[in-house]
Amino acid sequence: MTMVNLTLNGKQVSADVPDNTLLVTFIRETMGLTGTHVGCDTSQCGACVVHVDGESLKSCTMLAAGAEGASVTTIEGIADGDSLHPMQQAFHENHGLQCGFCTPGMVMSAIELVQDNPNPSETEIREGLEGNICRCTGYHNIVKSVQAGAKMMGG
Amino acid sequence: MPEGSIKDGIGASVRRKEDKRFLTGSGRYTADITRPGQLHVHFIRSVHAHANIKAIRKDAAAAAEGVVAIFTGEDVAADGIGGPICGWVVTNRDGSPTNEPPHPILANGAVRYVGDHVVAVIAETLEQAMNAAELVEIDYEVLAPVVDLAHAGSGPQIHENVPGNMYFDFELGDEAAAAAALDSAATVVELEVRNNRLIPNAMEPRAALAEYDPIDDSYTLFTTSQNPHLTRLVIGAFMLSIPESKLRVVAPDVGGGFGSKIYVYPEEAVCTWASKKLQRPVKWTADRSESFLADAHGRDHINKVRMALDKDNRITGLRVDTVANIGSYLSAFSVVTPTILHAPLLSGCYRIPAIYTNVKGMATTTAPVDAYRGAGRPEATYLLERVMDTAARQVGMDPAEFRRMNFIPKDAFPYQTPVALQYDIGDYEPPLDKALEMIDYKGFEARRAEAASRGKYRGIGLSSYIEACGIAPSAVAGALGARVGLYESATVRVDPTGTVNVFTGTHSHGQGHDTTFAQIVADKLGVDIGSVEIIHGDSDRIPFGMGSYGSRSLAVGGAAIAKAVDKVIEKSKIIAAHLMEAADADVVFADGKFTVAGTDNEKGFGEIALAAYVPHNYPHDRLEPGLEETAFYDPLNFTYPSGTHIAEVEIDPSTGVVELVDWACCDDFGNLINPMIVEGQVHGGIAQGVGQALLENAHYDETGQLITASYMDYCMPRADDLPNFKVDYTVTACTHNDLGVKGCGEAGAIASPPALINAVIDALAPLGVTDMSMPATPEKVWRAINDAQTEAAE
Repeated sequence: MTMVNLTLNGKQVSADVPDNTLLVTFIRETMGLTGTHVGCDTSQCGACVVHVDGESLKSCTMLAAGAEGASVTTIEGIADGDSLHPMQQAFHENHGLQCGFCTPGMVMSAIELVQDNPNPSETEIREGLEGNICRCTGYHNIVKSVQAGAKMMGG
Repeated sequence: MPEGSIKDGIGASVRRKEDKRFLTGSGRYTADITRPGQLHVHFIRSVHAHANIKAIRKDAAAAAEGVVAIFTGEDVAADGIGGPICGWVVTNRDGSPTNEPPHPILANGAVRYVGDHVVAVIAETLEQAMNAAELVEIDYEVLAPVVDLAHAGSGPQIHENVPGNMYFDFELGDEAAAAAALDSAATVVELEVRNNRLIPNAMEPRAALAEYDPIDDSYTLFTTSQNPHLTRLVIGAFMLSIPESKLRVVAPDVGGGFGSKIYVYPEEAVCTWASKKLQRPVKWTADRSESFLADAHGRDHINKVRMALDKDNRITGLRVDTVANIGSYLSAFSVVTPTILHAPLLSGCYRIPAIYTNVKGMATTTAPVDAYRGAGRPEATYLLERVMDTAARQVGMDPAEFRRMNFIPKDAFPYQTPVALQYDIGDYEPPLDKALEMIDYKGFEARRAEAASRGKYRGIGLSSYIEACGIAPSAVAGALGARVGLYESATVRVDPTGTVNVFTGTHSHGQGHDTTFAQIVADKLGVDIGSVEIIHGDSDRIPFGMGSYGSRSLAVGGAAIAKAVDKVIEKSKIIAAHLMEAADADVVFADGKFTVAGTDNEKGFGEIALAAYVPHNYPHDRLEPGLEETAFYDPLNFTYPSGTHIAEVEIDPSTGVVELVDWACCDDFGNLINPMIVEGQVHGGIAQGVGQALLENAHYDETGQLITASYMDYCMPRADDLPNFKVDYTVTACTHNDLGVKGCGEAGAIASPPALINAVIDALAPLGVTDMSMPATPEKVWRAINDAQTEAAE
């Protein structure tokens, strides 16, 4: 067992977990934040993307112990109270989601994409989201959402 | 398009009510649910495609840490547990029935595909269950697999009661008439196509959590289902012998289905069964590998097509011989998909006087194959739209004009096809014309020349499709072998304060029913959309339901809602007439108000609702208090969406990569309730069709191992594989439902694969390439180019 201490959505959390606990398992099962999803077992789908110290990361690729001392932000941690994050709002306005399963990872990836590149082109968005699979939308409205989100984030 | 009477009513692109919970991580999917004391089950699956089970040794595993129980097929048989049933069967050409083999929920004596369920290991934690599974020893006697569909009939017999590995041998149409047309044709066009096997890949893997309550001997099953009531019926009545009243099935938020979550699978039955045996909740969540192996796959046909043309290039006849891969067991809709949902679509949007088709459904040692987005209709559309292009090329006509001259003319509706369906309405030229304009068809040759100057091959491809949606009129379905009715139910409950709860038997797993259905109700009742709640997915809360598939939710479920709302309005009118001391017939309801013609008397809808629940001044002699109405709607016919999709591609001959550079489509879905949601459905459908045409392929090797069992090997469409899509609509309103709607969920997946392959062939046609199989991978395209060049040089 390993004692893991980290900041989760701004709150200090600690838990004693088996050494091989993945960060995504820690988030979903130990901490009960089920907005981060598991869509595959080969680190391909991107449904589990969270931010670790501001960088987007597939949380199935890191042990919880590897996030010791880090600041982890999940989809539950980006809205400001009842006000959605601009990227969440942009997905809503532009119908950038259907079944909602890939959405948390997609939004978390999109936020980091825009943080790194405030004015992304359509091509840059499509290439930037290559690590997130969506089966519902055909990506058309996701791209539109990210473009709108980038504007709303001040790009 | 009807104008909505209020801002968020019919025809408005209302932003979705359900978005917020998904965007904030508050969605509640089955895997997110945890029950106190829950156990975890891990399934040991067959590693062989075909084998007899000689022995299972589980003692070491049973003694492992945390293990609570280990179940095998023997335990299942001892408890008399039944398997998943086939929900729709057909009669064979010779009048005999479909051969239906047993499908035990844990293998009993034999395994028939890699991924078949053999042992259920149940432990306190998933990790303990998985570790213990390593200690279970299974002795297999390996048998020869049956993998090659074309020769499945000559392989070793897979099921005792399926001779020649043929589940069914179905036919439709007039064989002699089709033969006569082909014999007397000026031109005969021949084509053989393979509709490649796909794996649905909803992003949420399947999951189940079952809990038994010993106090009242009842069960609750949370499961990833497109149709919780059917799951209750099948598990209750056919598998576990649980009275339906003692089994509650909840399908909470479900992360996509595309057909794969229609069926009842062994895993959810095992969880339910074990929850009583162990008196603890039992949970299972598939990992993606299990989804690849054991979700029902889609498509997988070989179609031989012969089309007859007269001297004026009008189609006079069509014969299609199909071999369909049904896989190792009969999944719920596995028989209807390549037969009833396929053969009647072979007329497409064309006037074809004589059609005949034969479909042989074959058993193979591969995962069960069943309906996947479009279900039979994509396969019909693919072969038809491919042969249309082949024919146009053969007779030297422009493919758009060849289609146009063979369209069923708009004044020919209702149109009876020679393959059972009667199309109620349609007009196929306007969507063709619009799509041609949207993609600038006239300017294509200039674009082809410009691409050639850059060393690229550019091609354009069309597909004009029709589909049969709104499945289905129960009487027709019953006559054709369905074992269920296909109506839909809705209850509209108005609260005393005027808020409205709508209980629908359809299920939303991405389609946006919370919004679309609320728009219908808000529009009809003249209330704010925010005061309408849509409730679905819980067999304890909904009267009954057949779920969502076959683009039926709006055309059947929405129509049921509209009907229930009409009943509410009718009752409300009587209450209003009583309160305003008027005759019923003089009361008019519009914009949420009841008025008496010729007076300034009016009552708001909310006032009527209150009066219904506080019936102090009330027509007790005529009405019961309360304001809640239920309607069941059984459609009179299928609905027939249609349209034209056009793909434009550019191919790099040095790599064989097909770049999809433009897409234009114009669909006729009848009236649109929420155009934004409809457009999203079209986008998603096209993306799945592009996946089929360019990227996706489920491949079993000759030993029956699934080679494409992860996202590393099975190529899903990603954001950078696709362009933006140009989408537009024409409208001919459906004639037989009150909303005039047809359904839009599958059109994109049906229309798109042939458009894309036609475009690829068009691009390579100058080299002499005449065929391309799906998926058109870079390797295949590169080889086609190089073979053609080599041939030309020789």
